Amino acid sequence: MNLELVLFIFFALLALFASIMMITRKNAVLSAVFLILNFFALAGLYLLLNAQFIAVVQIIVYAGAIMVLFLFVLMLLNQRSDESILGQKNKLKIFAVIISIVVLFQLAYIIFYSSPSSVLNPELQKSIQSGSVEMIGKELYTNYILPFESAGFLLLAAAIGALVLAKKKFEQ
Amino acid sequence: MNHIPIEYYLILSAVMFSIGVAGVLIRRNAIVVFMCIELMLNSANLTLVAFSSYLGNSIGQIFVFFVMTVAAAEAAVGLAIIIAVFRNKQNINIDEINIFKW
Repeated sequence: MNLELVLFIFFALLALFASIMMITRKNAVLSAVFLILNFFALAGLYLLLNAQFIAVVQIIVYAGAIMVLFLFVLMLLNQRSDESILGQKNKLKIFAVIISIVVLFQLAYIIFYSSPSSVLNPELQKSIQSGSVEMIGKELYTNYILPFESAGFLLLAAAIGALVLAKKKFEQ
Repeated sequence: MNHIPIEYYLILSAVMFSIGVAGVLIRRNAIVVFMCIELMLNSANLTLVAFSSYLGNSIGQIFVFFVMTVAAAEAAVGLAIIIAVFRNKQNINIDEINIFKW
């Protein structure tokens, strides 16, 4: 049991616990809080994988910006948390669980069938550099400059679209 | 340096994705359904980062960067749609938002 494995197990169990709690809480605000916990666990896993930039962006953008947006809308709408998870149609619930288990088995079959760790070259040791801001910035501003600018346009379009959708209709 | 087999990360990602699928199908609150979609996007991101790290290049992490951009745009537009629907129907239960059904 080295430290890396211990940390991996800790963050993995935390992420699984948070995601299961998220889909079973009746109160939507509690769901959002558990999703934030899940994002923090994922950021820890990214750090274990030497992806420092992605880990920081995960916390700033996901746990910070996007989840604040979600919580803001949740509290703005002020829904009664009367959604009963147990009381709804049982057939639908069983169907949903069966579908998700089928998806899980498909993914697990693909993962074990292709056995990626036997294909991966052990010579390709991950360097601490590959996830650094310097490497990612260099790639983003040279080889991937067109997708980067397109992402900027996408965000602008999304901001304008959100404004248009959420504003009240003008009087004709 | 890599003591953990990459399968561990992939299985964790697959389990999280399945939990997200179950959440989308079980929950009836539109905002919680959106959060489950975010969970599924994040599990895909974990796979990308794991492969990027184990292959020793940073292209996968650049892809994760773009996935995050699209997720932010999707959250903004989706929540605006939910607010517009709530303004018309006073409800965001997806069983009762069925104006596209006939």
